[in-house]
Amino acid sequence: MSVSFDGVGLVHPNGYRALRAVSLGVRAGERVAVIGPSGAGKTSLLRLAAGSLQPSEGRVTVLEANPWQLGAMALRRLRARIGLVHQHPPIPPRLRVVTAVLAGRLGQWGTARALASLVYPADIAGATEALARLDLADRVFDRCDRLSGGQLQRVGIARVLYQAPALMLADEPVSALDPTLADAAVGQLIAQSERSGAALVASLHAVDLALKWFPRIVGMRNGELAFDAPAAEVSPAMLHALYAAEGAVLPTQVNDPRVVEALPQRPGCR
Amino acid sequence: MSTITAVRDPQARRRLTALMLGLALLWPMLVLSEFKPWLLFDARNLEVFGNYLAGFVPPATSGEFLGELARATLQTLAMATAGIALSLLIAAPLAFLSTQALSVSRIGPGPGRRRGQVLRTLARGVLTVLRALPEVVWALVFVRALSLGPAAGVLALAITYGGMLGKVYADILESADRRPARALLEGGSGRLAALFYGLLPNAAQELVSYTVYRWECALRASVVMGFVGAGGLGQLMDQSTKMLNGGEACTILLTFLLLVLLADALSSALRRLLA
Repeated sequence: MSVSFDGVGLVHPNGYRALRAVSLGVRAGERVAVIGPSGAGKTSLLRLAAGSLQPSEGRVTVLEANPWQLGAMALRRLRARIGLVHQHPPIPPRLRVVTAVLAGRLGQWGTARALASLVYPADIAGATEALARLDLADRVFDRCDRLSGGQLQRVGIARVLYQAPALMLADEPVSALDPTLADAAVGQLIAQSERSGAALVASLHAVDLALKWFPRIVGMRNGELAFDAPAAEVSPAMLHALYAAEGAVLPTQVNDPRVVEALPQRPGCR
Repeated sequence: MSTITAVRDPQARRRLTALMLGLALLWPMLVLSEFKPWLLFDARNLEVFGNYLAGFVPPATSGEFLGELARATLQTLAMATAGIALSLLIAAPLAFLSTQALSVSRIGPGPGRRRGQVLRTLARGVLTVLRALPEVVWALVFVRALSLGPAAGVLALAITYGGMLGKVYADILESADRRPARALLEGGSGRLAALFYGLLPNAAQELVSYTVYRWECALRASVVMGFVGAGGLGQLMDQSTKMLNGGEACTILLTFLLLVLLADALSSALRRLLA
């Protein structure tokens, strides 16, 4: 198991309950999309799996370890094997793209190498290769404040591709991209998971994107699991029940409800 | 279904109370500090003041004095610069230790939380002790120990300014956008690497501008310390005023002004470089 949740609940310090009794297992190499209306607990789920939040109830196991029973050094080594794509890339605007991507390996590098890489980039070829997969190779030496929101989001993805973690987590990784680029970017995350055998758990706002690329769909609503099913078994009725509070239209890339109605029956969605 | 009603701002009363409390505290402070600005414009005081200022023109320009002035200026510059450099050696490590922005144990919260808190509080405590005494007091102590001269001033600056710089550095790092560094720490990065990749790109400009401003303050402080025998422009000023030589005092004051302008130009140049 890459990630295993056992009766996990999460209450934020301000008393807000984000998750309730979530049980879920993700095997090594498995690819899971998490969908659901905003506020459903998708980000909390991913942050728990990333070892950056401690659960209030239940047990989280990540890469065969309970992060909160480890010592400081072991926890740091575990975190270095987990890659999280943030929805808003946490990249200082003054950083150059090459540095932002190379920062993906800071968990693996020693401090001396990390500091030396600020003087002269340690692995220009590696960073360029990761950026090329997202069609950004020509921006390696630009500063991040020269990029558009969508380009910066792709730099955030490139950082995790370069990190090559054992567990990939992605929180709305393509929310700022247009449909074509979003499709390609999700495709690259999938390809990385296929190549490295790393599990991939991604929360997505666009239902069609989730159904197209991910064999397994987890629906979340009000901090609970609504369903956990193979993509081929996800019916329009299940989706409409999931998004009932957001109105009749399902959130998709093209926002054309007919596309989603047709999707679950598409071949290749297993 | 929820009905929408006009809701009152729940924080309004608390904010108003805080404002009233602030004003109520400020008034007795003004009374205690004998704040009576109108006394400045009293006729007798104006006359004394005017006579004093009249002695300042013309500024002294004799070659011998200018040579002495140049030597004293260099000494003051050297004292301030060496003092700031030494204080950085104290401030940087302590700020790195005491800033919350680089705490790994607060993520989660994870193991070693108590230890981290104790360490941060200790480092903050050391910084407070260092800056508790004004540099002039340290200078008086060191002048006794090291005899007259700039060395005493340098040590005094290093201690007090180390404490001040360290505290403000830690605060600047905490008020910058912390998410980049936090994301790196969550990815298993070391604290020093997270500082350089996540915090400094956002905070460098402010850190540098505050450091240059402190260098400017150190120039002024080294003048004050000159009065207690630590050399430089202050000692020269002390001699001139004791001999009631207003012209020399005037030239020295003009030199101060130039030094502060220089510091300001340096600060904006560095800020532009880091923008």
